[in-house]
Amino acid sequence: MDDIILQILNGLDKGSAYALIALGLTLIFGTLGVVNFAHGALFMVGAFCAVTVQRLLGLSHTIIDESQTDFLGNPLKVEVPYVEGWFGPEMGQALISWSVPLAILFAIPVMILLGFIMERGLIKHFYKRPHADQILVTFGLAIVIGEIIKANFGANPIPTPAPAAFSGSLDFGVWLGFAENAIIYPYWRLVYFLFSMVIIAGVFAFLQFTTFGMVVRAGMADRETVGLLGIDIDKRFTLMFGLAAAVAGVAGVMYTPILSPNYNMGMDFLVLSFVVVVVGGMGSLPGAVLAGFLLGILQSFASMNEVKSLLPGIDQIIIYLVAIFILLTRPRGLMGRKGVMEE
Amino acid sequence: MLGLNSKDFTLFLVVVVLVVAAPILLNPFPSDSAFAQFNAGYPALMQRFVIFGILVIGFNILFGLTGYLSFGHAAFLGVGSFAAVWMFKLLSYNIVPAVLLSVIVAGLFSVVIGYVSLRRSGIYFSILTLAFAQMMYAIAYSDLLGKFFGGIVTNGETGLQVYNDDPQILMGPGDPTVPHLFGWEMNGSFTWDVGGWSFVFQNGYYLSGILMLASFYLAIRIFRSPFGLMLRAIKSNQNRLAYTGVSSRPYALAAFVISGMYAGLAGGLLAAMDPLTGAERMFWTASGEIVIMSILGGVGTLIGPILGAGVIKYMENIVSTINDNVVHGWFAFMPDGIENFLVTVIHPFIGKGWHLTLGLVFMAVVIFLPGGLVEGGQRLGRLFSRRKVEEKPPTATTEPAE
Repeated sequence: MDDIILQILNGLDKGSAYALIALGLTLIFGTLGVVNFAHGALFMVGAFCAVTVQRLLGLSHTIIDESQTDFLGNPLKVEVPYVEGWFGPEMGQALISWSVPLAILFAIPVMILLGFIMERGLIKHFYKRPHADQILVTFGLAIVIGEIIKANFGANPIPTPAPAAFSGSLDFGVWLGFAENAIIYPYWRLVYFLFSMVIIAGVFAFLQFTTFGMVVRAGMADRETVGLLGIDIDKRFTLMFGLAAAVAGVAGVMYTPILSPNYNMGMDFLVLSFVVVVVGGMGSLPGAVLAGFLLGILQSFASMNEVKSLLPGIDQIIIYLVAIFILLTRPRGLMGRKGVMEE
Repeated sequence: MLGLNSKDFTLFLVVVVLVVAAPILLNPFPSDSAFAQFNAGYPALMQRFVIFGILVIGFNILFGLTGYLSFGHAAFLGVGSFAAVWMFKLLSYNIVPAVLLSVIVAGLFSVVIGYVSLRRSGIYFSILTLAFAQMMYAIAYSDLLGKFFGGIVTNGETGLQVYNDDPQILMGPGDPTVPHLFGWEMNGSFTWDVGGWSFVFQNGYYLSGILMLASFYLAIRIFRSPFGLMLRAIKSNQNRLAYTGVSSRPYALAAFVISGMYAGLAGGLLAAMDPLTGAERMFWTASGEIVIMSILGGVGTLIGPILGAGVIKYMENIVSTINDNVVHGWFAFMPDGIENFLVTVIHPFIGKGWHLTLGLVFMAVVIFLPGGLVEGGQRLGRLFSRRKVEEKPPTATTEPAE
């Protein structure tokens, strides 16, 4: 029993990442009708926003500390981050430690801007072209973004730790009445899960309860009529692209303590997120979220030792197997709408 | 001639001449000149030109004719390579059984994958093929088959190669210990030194070249056949095809299997040139590269994909070796300030950054030249000759693959 709960918990954080990326993909697909192969790259750019903020906050200058001496008795040179000089040592250390959550503030405008540039500069010109062309051009864009990141940050994963306050683990089992240390769950993963729930709820609330969201939903259902009613739907769709980019970006920012970012991570997540979108149903937002968590949990169950000894390596292929099965039995996915992407 | 119309025959003849004379044509700079690094006429690279040529000729039959964009074609290449290396391990270094088996195995895999994937079309087809290919990559990379059955099958991260204690039951005492065709060693070569040039004619290259020409000939015949017309009909309007009472799926499946077998042949040849392989050949970026090659050259045209494969492989091997010093050499005649500025500007695009160049070129082609380099050549040709397109022979763009 505790094993099962542990696996569900383990699946949650990966599932959250899948769900957030798939949510953005579906938003873009539902509004603009574009299959965005560069969405994984946006996730990766978000992760590197966290790296950038971490480095900016860590910028330091050398001072000579008279109070400390090295083994020869000379005053020691110490690196002092600028933020410590500006805000005092304690506040400075706290800022550096909290660089990942702080990076969200930096990532949101960056990602929205990037999304606008992408949509206005490139993807706008591809609405009328075949889906194959959209896939190809965004695939090319993903390569370019990845290479730019690689040129600036190198090819190796860059560790970006979580705030010290969240570095430990939660003994989750004790709450449920299990023995101590039966179910250990790192705090940060819990944070990531809660964070993703907040974001998902926020996106749904935005679409459901604001006038803006209502217009966007109307546009998703029937773009032409909304246009005829005198609403500039293109402008709103561009904003939705920015929003989707920001969702992918903050998903990337918060994921950095779980997985040290490198320039390839976007591609890895993209392939899986596509599978998630297809399983959930193209164009269905709840479907994307549901399938994201479902596949994340399924994957972590498949990596249990008991399952692995029965079917070695099933954890690597389970998602693809499920996707193939779903596509063949329920072509529209779990919650797909009728008439979306059907030739 | 040969069942081709005169235009196709001319094209075929040009390609034959290019393949035969490639060791000379691709070596325009004397070996000790400063430009020698731009020479593409060395066997390892020329082999790649023709082998990846085979791969994209096959891919073009699927994507170019039927419009089904497969994002998992590298899987068949990888399967072919694994099959070939296993033949080397079990039988002998003779490449005939190896290449035959690689084509057959890739064909079998593509029947299964094609049968399942072709039940959907459009983006779903792309994602299904991608999912299958990633699954096969995962299986090969962690050698799941080996874990399942015991022993090694794909040998995971290390990759598969031939060891001394392998059975090799057909190995005679005097047989070469490198891949060979009935004693004719693949890496054997003949060097012709003339003036400052040295031209290398390698057996393996010519064998792959002949197979490439055969595949190309077959592809032309398919393009011009009623079967090829049927495939084009699938691309232009599948519904109408269905209304006329024709089921398109057998045709699409046939195209898928043919292109899978082409990929298997390419994989087998890759192993025959260098008898080792690894799972990374099946990774989805490798599949992406096949797509890039075809699009870059001009998908749906006969010569385009081969051209694209040549350009990409040339860039991969040549652009990636250019470093800052070389660029400094180019601009040495300029004042230092401008020289350094130019080097700084060019720096991100060369050497390790060649993928960036590739991505940008690819995007530019998709945006501005959906017909690829072939269309670009045709536009240029029209600009200069001011003749109608119909009069323009498609060979007008047949540059040597560089």
